[in-house]
This record gives sequence, structure tokens and C-alpha cells, in this order.
Amino acid sequence: MILVVVEYANGKVSKSTWEMITAAQDSANASGRETPVTALVLGSNIAAVAAEAAKAVDQVLVADLPALAQYDPELWSAAVAQIATEGEASLVLIGGSRSGREYSPRVAIKLDAPLLEDVITLKAAGETVTAQRYTFLARVTETVETTAPLAVVTVKPGVFNPATPKAEAAEQFDVDLNLPTPRLKVTGKTAERSSRISLAEAEIVVSGGRGVGSAEGFTQYVEALADQLGAAVGATRAIVDAGWRPYSEQVGQTGKTVQPKTYIAIGISGAVQHLSGMNKSKTIVAINRDAEAPIFKIADYGIIGDVTQLVPAILTELKK
Amino acid sequence: MRILTYIRQVLDAEESVHLANNAVALENSKLVMDTMDEYGVEEALRLRESGIEAEIVAVAVGPARVQDALRTALAMGADRAIHVETDIRLDAIALSKVLAQLATQEQATLIFSGGQQADWDSHALAAATAERLQWPQVTWTSALELKGTTLTGKHDADEGSESFTLELPAVVTTQQGLNEPRYPTLPNIMKSKKKELRKESLDQFDATPKLKFVSAEIQVKNRLNKILDGKDVPAAAAQLVDLLRNEARVIA
Repeated sequence: MILVVVEYANGKVSKSTWEMITAAQDSANASGRETPVTALVLGSNIAAVAAEAAKAVDQVLVADLPALAQYDPELWSAAVAQIATEGEASLVLIGGSRSGREYSPRVAIKLDAPLLEDVITLKAAGETVTAQRYTFLARVTETVETTAPLAVVTVKPGVFNPATPKAEAAEQFDVDLNLPTPRLKVTGKTAERSSRISLAEAEIVVSGGRGVGSAEGFTQYVEALADQLGAAVGATRAIVDAGWRPYSEQVGQTGKTVQPKTYIAIGISGAVQHLSGMNKSKTIVAINRDAEAPIFKIADYGIIGDVTQLVPAILTELKK
Repeated sequence: MRILTYIRQVLDAEESVHLANNAVALENSKLVMDTMDEYGVEEALRLRESGIEAEIVAVAVGPARVQDALRTALAMGADRAIHVETDIRLDAIALSKVLAQLATQEQATLIFSGGQQADWDSHALAAATAERLQWPQVTWTSALELKGTTLTGKHDADEGSESFTLELPAVVTTQQGLNEPRYPTLPNIMKSKKKELRKESLDQFDATPKLKFVSAEIQVKNRLNKILDGKDVPAAAAQLVDLLRNEARVIA
């Protein structure tokens, strides 16, 4: 079987999961074998998630346990490795989220399997799995290959088309797990939820950098433009570090990777670490004072000039 | 205690990527210690400077040139270095086998490694090494404090950040924001030349690649590069909105 570990948030299956289902179905079809796609839902009070996932796959395995109320890399990897072994999985698909990329290596070691990280294409033929992935801060596309009875794969979010739900729901099965005791104790959380559309799911992202001048400037220019366009809000590392914006909005090597239809960079010079998080966007628009800023090299459209004057003028124009 | 800091030598962020023979060619480019790994070296030094008795061992795996990155770590203040020399490109799962064995041989109780490698864009080494050692891990740390064998701090999770506490031994990944890495001073560079840099052969670790690297390409998306002069603010704004609406058709 092909095992897909379901990612969800706020009781809903995440877009990344629907994308993984497409990747799973693609490789099931390509393998020419009868390969059922199985979804695994881990957590506590997850009946709604399991029911939604049932519309995507051939069967759903549910571990609805109090012990799984909180994500932990040791818990998640133990659970996934056990289910993959019992189900004789040929492929294990895990989301390319921060947590997915954190626990997937443990799964690979437990199963003595290769790990293909953050793939953007996936093909399986017999025991050979071929995938493409970005390397060198997303400046190179590499093709990697492995031959093994089982491979663990993390799937880059925002690349595969999300699968569409089926009318009929697949059967759900409860599973028993042997779980370790987590050793990393989480003592506090800084939840940073924005009321806006999420970065991962938005068609348009408006991001701001140092060039907006201040936290107030960010609200005045970046947020105002995002609101006008119904866009998500992004930020550079520098201004997240400065405390102007929450970490959850950070785009780049240490933040989120986005691939929207349109990325609008306001006052962002374009350090390679930032570019690696957004350079696959379909259309890139940049507004920056410095004509030499690297962001202009990868921009489709742009204006060289003062953000504090240009953005209000653009807002006026948009409202016409 | 003994701290291992894992170090990669990668392309300087300002350098362009070149390909040769279907793979990335680094030979004629400026190479540096991966900045993500610098935070680990710095954090190890700070732990020691906070009064913890620790030996800091920098570790790298790769061709002969990798020793330059190890020398940088020694010049920053690491006590000694181990270079596992090989021209074979090891994926993170294979590499973790080397690092885990070195940690055991060296009786280390804390391993630092960068959150993401700036060459393979991999996050996997820390978790894979922790799993092999049966240690816990904490990734993407932004603050760390060690008291006895209890490590506390903050790290980034899927949404927002978390405070945590953890008992050593452990593997920890580092990133920008954790600290401000120091520059090696000239006296320390001179001193570092006398520090031990031990070479090991890869053979003894029985680490074979799990992945085959088939090909590499640089896909440069052709961008339109229609960049307007913003001196006439209303005109530039109007023109940009017109282009986005009627040419790119990305906004309503």
C-alpha cells in the first residue's frame, strides 16, 4: 500500500494532504500495480478529520488517542513506522511541513528506508522511485532515484494539484499503537494565528521587508494592499527578528516556502535566503527604492521608487 | 561534557551556481561554512563561556577542501576537529550513520547541526542522527540554556514557537536568530593552526548512499523584467496596475 500521513489544522484536512493524495495516486497509477492508497490520521478527537480524509483514499486508518493530542517527533515517527510495517507499505508520504520534515528522517531510519525530501515530482516503477527536488537554496532542480522495497517521501507543499474529494467515503479502521514517552517537553506556546488567508493557500501574497520602514509602515502599506487584493501577508526574516511581524508570516529559508500565482514584494531587497522561499511564484512583482536590489532580477513587474508614496498611489488606482 | 558541531562547506550565498557533468560544480566557487552551522559553533562556545566545562569538536564529512570550513570552526574557538574524508556524496540518512558513530566514539552528549543545509536543502541529518542514537531532538532553536543536563529554550514549530525542556543527550538544530556568530580573530586563527584536525576514512563507518543523484539542472524561469521608474508616482502606479490587470491578468 501507499501510506499518506494526513496533515490537518483546526479540524480540517490541509491542502497539503490533498496534494499528497495526488502524488500518491500518480505513483500508484505509474507503478502499474494494484496499490491502494491508505490515509493515516494521528491525533486526539479527530473524527471529523478522518471522515473528511475518507473521501480521498481507499481506506483510512485512525489512531484517535489522548497520547497523540500534541505532535511530537518521537510519537509520530513511531506511529508511522509501525503502521507502514504492518501494512507492508511500499511508499510512505509525509507532508513537507516543518514537523513532517522533522519526524520523517526518524521513520526512514526505523524502517531502514531511503528518504526523499521535499519532492516536487514523484514516479514509482517497481521498486525504483524517482523524484525531483530543489537544492542549493532552491536554485537547482535535482533528480534523485532510489531502489528499495520501501521509500519515505516528504512532499513539498503547493506543488502537486490538490485531489478532489470522492462522493463515496472509504472505510475507516481504528489502529492500536505502541507509543514511546515523548522526551521533548513543550512548556509553552506562542500561537500566532492570523485572521487572513494562510500563506500556503493564498493565490496572492503581499510581503514586506525593511523598506516599509516600521511596524506601522507594514500595516499601512503591506497589510492595506493585501486587504485590498484579498491576499495573504508575508514578511522577511529581518522584520520578523525586529519584532514587527509574527514568525508565522516569515517567508524564506527559515520560514515558509510559498508558490502563489502572484507574489508582491514591498521594500524587499531579495537576499538569497528570502528568494529561496518565493522564487517559484508564477508572477513576481517588486517595489523597491534600490534599482540594484536582487529582487528586480527575478521580478516580472516592478517599480523603482519610494514604497511610502507608491503603495498609496497603487491603492488609489485599485479602488478606481 | 563533549559537544559535536557538525559543519558543512557550502557555496557562499552571493555566488552563482554552476553545473558540470549533470551535477553542481563547486570547484571554482567561493565556499564557506554553512551559516546555519555557524550558529551551532557559536552556541557551543557560548555554553562553554557560560561556565560549563565542555570540549567542542567540529566534525565534517566530504572532500579534502572541507577542512577549510573545519579550520574556520577551530579559529572561532572549537578545540579540535574530525574530518571524514570522502568524495562520495552522502545523503542525510547515510551521513547520519557517520555522525552517530562519531558521537558514540567521542562520548558526546550534545550535537549541533544547522536547521537546513544550504547545499542539499535537507533538514534530515539531525533527526536521523538522533534516531540512530536513540536520543531526543529539538529543531530550529532560537534560544538555548543549559543547566546541568537540562536544556531549555525556544524553538520554531509549524505555527509559532514553543518553549521546551529536554534532558541531554540530545541533537539540536540551529538557525539565524539563535546568536550572533563571532568572527575569528587573527590570534585565534594563528592558534587554530596548531589545533588537532584528525582525518578519518569513510570506510570504517559502513555508510553507503541511499540515494542516487541522477541529474541537476538550473531552471531559470524567464521573467518579464518590466521594471518601471517610480519618479512620477501616480503614472507609475497606474501603469503597474494596468499591467497586472490587463497583461498579467492576476488582479481584478
